[in-house]
Amino acid sequence: MEIWFSENHTDDVKLSIRVDRQLYSVQSDYQRIDVFDSKEFGRVLTLDGYVMMTERDEFIFHEMLVHVPMAVHPNVRKVLIIGGGDGGVVRELSHYPEIESIDLVELDPLLVEVCKKYLPNTSCRMDEKRLHLYCTDALRFVRSKENEYDLIIVDSTDPFGPGEILFTKEFYGNCYKALKEDGIMIHHNESPFYMEEAAWCQRIHKRVCDIFEESAVYQAHLPTYPSGHWLFGFASKKYHPLNDLAPEKWNMRGIHTRYYTTRLHQGAFALPAYVEEMLREVEEY
Amino acid sequence: MKTLTQNDAPIYDALKQFQKKRVVPFDVPGHKRGKGNPELKELLGEQCVSNDVNSMKPLDNLCHPVSVIRDAEKLAAEAFGAANAFFMVGGTTSAVQSMILSVCKRGEKIILPRNVHRSVINAMILNGAHPVYVNPDVDKRLGIPLGMKISQLERAMKENPDAKAVLVNNPTYYGICSDLRSIVKLAHTHGMKVLADEAHGTHFYFGENLPVSAMAAGADMAAVSMHKSGGSLTQSSFLLTGSEVNAGYVRQIINLTQTTSGSYLLLSSLDISRRNLAIRGKEEFFKVVGKARYAREEINRIGDYYAYSKELINGDSIFDFDETKLSVYTLDVGLAGIEVYDLLRDEYDIQIEFGDIGNILAYISIGDQQKNIERLVGALSEIRRRFRKDKAGMLTQEYLAPKVAVTPQEAFYAEKESLPMMETKGRICSEFVMCYPPGIPILAPGEEITSDILQYIQYAKEKGCSMTGTEDPAIERLNVLKGV
Repeated sequence: MEIWFSENHTDDVKLSIRVDRQLYSVQSDYQRIDVFDSKEFGRVLTLDGYVMMTERDEFIFHEMLVHVPMAVHPNVRKVLIIGGGDGGVVRELSHYPEIESIDLVELDPLLVEVCKKYLPNTSCRMDEKRLHLYCTDALRFVRSKENEYDLIIVDSTDPFGPGEILFTKEFYGNCYKALKEDGIMIHHNESPFYMEEAAWCQRIHKRVCDIFEESAVYQAHLPTYPSGHWLFGFASKKYHPLNDLAPEKWNMRGIHTRYYTTRLHQGAFALPAYVEEMLREVEEY
Repeated sequence: MKTLTQNDAPIYDALKQFQKKRVVPFDVPGHKRGKGNPELKELLGEQCVSNDVNSMKPLDNLCHPVSVIRDAEKLAAEAFGAANAFFMVGGTTSAVQSMILSVCKRGEKIILPRNVHRSVINAMILNGAHPVYVNPDVDKRLGIPLGMKISQLERAMKENPDAKAVLVNNPTYYGICSDLRSIVKLAHTHGMKVLADEAHGTHFYFGENLPVSAMAAGADMAAVSMHKSGGSLTQSSFLLTGSEVNAGYVRQIINLTQTTSGSYLLLSSLDISRRNLAIRGKEEFFKVVGKARYAREEINRIGDYYAYSKELINGDSIFDFDETKLSVYTLDVGLAGIEVYDLLRDEYDIQIEFGDIGNILAYISIGDQQKNIERLVGALSEIRRRFRKDKAGMLTQEYLAPKVAVTPQEAFYAEKESLPMMETKGRICSEFVMCYPPGIPILAPGEEITSDILQYIQYAKEKGCSMTGTEDPAIERLNVLKGV
């Protein structure tokens, strides 16, 4: 028996993963949630038919979302995670004892439950004592926050569907307001390769640039995301992602990672020429 | 023949039947189900262009309905509690004009508030009727015109006992309702008809705990914008009449100006929307009210903005308030409404209904999603954080009482000359000047131009209101009556 999951990356390109067996499927109030097992990628979580994460490659973006800012900001006490109901960001943050509190805002409570049950390797630290879970609209949540967080991580990958709101200028602006005067915001910046996503890439970068004093883009290799080449945004009020990087301090922590290293950190901000050009286009505009 | 119920949609069903027959078109429209215009077909979709058909026996004829359109009109009348309903394809503008042309003619008077839509005064240019304005009460802080006071209306009726009708906005663009039941009672004892401009009040017929609808209040005619809160396509509308109105004559009046090629896209959208409202209207508008209330609370929590509602009710000039209208006063943020309107669009890709000098209006309807309400509130909060200014120097919107020198028709057709706007003080205007939207005239044909009005126009232009109405597209010159 052959079952294949396919996701269109463009109208003319798709990624297919052979499904070993489907474990769960539900339509929540916000989206359709599916979990299946595959030989190549292990357990796979899809939302509305789009891959959100696979057991095999989730470490890459979770590490890149968390350790990049943590190796730069000298004193993170209060963190806000937007989205990220799978728990991967929490798992990485739990390596840092100095963090006092983590607020996690996930719109869909059912997603959190599904991840706890079916993705134990990712959601293993969702019982963190420092963690406070809020199931509400993220824009509504940050609207009332001012000068409160050292770090905001926006772990939402698709600028359409329920996460659409997390890519708007009003959302980034409200995050700016919610950050302390030396706060950092990390967000997904899409893939630069395919045309439609490249346009989003530019749009997101422009919105963030307009708001934050410092805004840089870095990259990682993510096999299950469109084109495999994925970008993140580092937006901050004060710190520079390279000039303020403290590699020794971070290495002294002895955190075991599989993707992130402080050497890779430095390289991740060196982008291909066509990507640099694409981003420069909107920066100058 | 089976009895029709609100679950039926005769025009919709007839179109479906017609599609199945695959009739060969040797009639208009010439695009022939889109085949002659592939780009149009690509833009609108095959389904859409293939339903763009002409009047014919199985589909009835809007000018003289005898079958499916007549049935659909009967169902609409029943759904809205009217004696008769007319399907309109020239917008609520044509419904408003048909009301006025139906009740008065050259030289006859009609009593109305000045904050009417331009279509009302346009109708008077066509038929030569004489407007008698009742100055609306004004909320000093918000600067918006309110409803008509019963005492003022009573005085206007005593002074003009020969007036044929009273026209009422139900509600105004901002959501404010006059005491329609008392107005109807008063008008009928004076032998006058009551016309309601319900361009913004379709939902009153279906929602619970909303202001009274014109037909329920006993009004004689109502122009209802189905395409606003009713969910039908742009340009489609209903004209409703009560039992004391001669429906055959109204049909003749409509046919004076309405197209003989009524669009079946518009007609079917009216039919389907009426069915939706009759079946689901109550629960849908309950949700709309809930969304508007939520947005209002959240906006008021931001600070400086004032999203107003029923607390304004004063028993007379604000007899009731339409809670679905999300009207927000912005001057305390140091920004004119029109500035907030522009910022929302330019900075946040959010298009709202209108912004004037002191207020904005975001239209909340059956199509709104919660996440977009969050975006609107989030963007307003950002606008306050980024653009907030000192309030000093902000002009409060004022209601400028008009001085009617001659009738709109006389002024419009009179010999006139064009002058630079600032040199027109004291002259009589022969054309409209208005901000659009809301499309309520600042100056109408036949009114005297004062320095207050000129100052207001200048200010509105500076703040970026889009001005319309004058012959001069740049709105720098005004046509005034020659030698007067």
